[in-house]
Amino acid sequence: MVTAVKEETVAHNDLDPALIVRAYRVMLLARATEDKLASLYRAGMIKGGVFLGKGQEALSTASSIFLKKGDIFGPLIRDQAGRLAFGDTVLDTLRTYLGSAQGPMRGRDGNIHRGRPRDGYYAMISHLGALVPVVAGGLYARRLRGETGVVGVTSIGDGGTSTGAFHEGINMAAVEHLPLVVVVANNQYAYSTPNNRQFACADLLDKAAGYGIAGFKCDGTDPAACLETLRLAVQAAREGNGPQLVVASLLRLVGHGEHDDAGYVDAALRKANVGRDCLEVGAKQLIDADLATAGEIAAWTKEAQGEVEAALNKAQREKGPDPGTEDWRAISTEHLVDGHFNAEDE
Amino acid sequence: MSVTYLEAIRAAQEKALADDPRVFIYGQDVGAFGGAFKATKNLAAEFPGRVMDAPLSEDAIVGLAIGAAIEGARPIVEMQFADFSTVGFNQIVNQAATLYYRTDVPCPIVVRLPSGGTLGAGPFHSQSMEAIYSHYPGLVVMTPATVEDAYSMMLEAVSIDDPVIFCEHKLLYYHLKADKLPDVAQPAGKARIARAGRDATIVTYSAMLHESLQAAEDLVEEGWQIEVIDLRTVKPLDTDTVLASVARTGRLLVVGEAWPWGGVTAEVISRVATDGFGLLDAAPMRLNAKDTPVPYHPDLWAAHRPTATTVAARLRQLLTQ
Repeated sequence: MVTAVKEETVAHNDLDPALIVRAYRVMLLARATEDKLASLYRAGMIKGGVFLGKGQEALSTASSIFLKKGDIFGPLIRDQAGRLAFGDTVLDTLRTYLGSAQGPMRGRDGNIHRGRPRDGYYAMISHLGALVPVVAGGLYARRLRGETGVVGVTSIGDGGTSTGAFHEGINMAAVEHLPLVVVVANNQYAYSTPNNRQFACADLLDKAAGYGIAGFKCDGTDPAACLETLRLAVQAAREGNGPQLVVASLLRLVGHGEHDDAGYVDAALRKANVGRDCLEVGAKQLIDADLATAGEIAAWTKEAQGEVEAALNKAQREKGPDPGTEDWRAISTEHLVDGHFNAEDE
Repeated sequence: MSVTYLEAIRAAQEKALADDPRVFIYGQDVGAFGGAFKATKNLAAEFPGRVMDAPLSEDAIVGLAIGAAIEGARPIVEMQFADFSTVGFNQIVNQAATLYYRTDVPCPIVVRLPSGGTLGAGPFHSQSMEAIYSHYPGLVVMTPATVEDAYSMMLEAVSIDDPVIFCEHKLLYYHLKADKLPDVAQPAGKARIARAGRDATIVTYSAMLHESLQAAEDLVEEGWQIEVIDLRTVKPLDTDTVLASVARTGRLLVVGEAWPWGGVTAEVISRVATDGFGLLDAAPMRLNAKDTPVPYHPDLWAAHRPTATTVAARLRQLLTQ
């Protein structure tokens, strides 16, 4: 059994410069997408909630950027960036928020509840922690089939670590020695509930030792640190070292949803290191490392915004689902459909 | 040579494992120990690595099955007792049951629920959960009452692409016997006329089939011919077979071991009242367990659940209305 290792600081030396740039551009695209979602929400053009990951783009991108085709990613609420890094598109994001019949959820589910499970991109439900055992199960099946080197990553927040599903899922994954990476974004608040009402351990990383799994810790506002930490964690899982717990500290720079002004956030936290905007930190890192100029970053930002506009134009022209032709069946086996209620409505 | 209801469930799982490499079994004590009721006896040895003990985590057990199903496996998970499936409830009703409708990816899992009351089992090892799972769209709920159905419906449960809640009755495990396993399966989803009659229809399922058949037999000497319908699956519910029977008899009694509020007996009566009101010569009746937790003491338990005696008494009321 691997013992918990606290990685208080990580070296950034092993990262491929091209990967750092690619990750930053994913972060920019996620931010541009979410800025557009916020303005669509304020304009009343999105039905239901809008839940953004502003401030979590660095960690989220790092969570999936080391995954390969055939790996499994189970993102959560604030993972727009990680979704894009795993292959989701701005178009499918907007389709799902706008209720296009052509999106992966076809109007049957919305906003962040989207995925393409056949592609290893699992669709979250609202119940936190519930994806942990499901991603573990995907990995279990792959191993039964004889596949090796597969990794699954799933995300959770500080609040989600209090659920039974989180505990059961990680414990089971540890017992089964599955290549699962659980990324905890400790953004200081679960909706309005602060850390001191959420857990009593000194550090969420302490939980890794309890499960007998490896643990990593990083500054979630530092893109290079997030990338290096996830690189190590994903590699460790891929090499057969069992589940890995990554805990990153950051601050949610928006409300729980766009309906929430987050007035409960301690002003001191906003000014502290944890309240930094990872996009600003990342820009400075790129410039300092001579990987980009301020002008190039401005051009990439504009390019990302243009991509979002183009996707929006397309998604807005698409029709929503038609209740008259909707297939109102919740199971696929024809002879076991209980047609009683849906037939009555015709 | 005879085979019990429990042996049929074990044999069906053995056949599923042998026939389909995608099938595996995961659950508490199902491995070398063979399960709390021995429904997986010797399977771990016969199929190494495919019949595995799970930690005591119903949520994670069902969650693992769902993830495995997404990846193309066909897991069978055992809840040890139906009562404990409440801990895995969220995964069953919110994750497994919604997956196909939301994502177009089916979720072929079988959740085995050793169900129903047995002597001295008390409030937490006796529950009948079929109604609450039937309430959720996206689940098939099987309630086999015979050895043949226990076998063939388990095989069908594993073979279909949708999540199946397999309610197997613990009281039938050892007592119910058949000469042999069936060669031909009657498909799930269709009810069966277990006993033909003309004066009244009993609609029932699972262990209550046998109490109902006994009650029907007891009324023969009083001159009554009672038809008994075994629903076999409660979701889907075969309304057509029920209505056709009520059309012949004009009288309906629905018997279930589960609690009365809502549930299968209420659903059957609701459908007959809605679609077949004109077929009824008398107000339909139903008989369920009492609306309390399942009591421990044998005398209390015997009075809590319907029995052949109370079914017969209710039938006499129905027939003289």
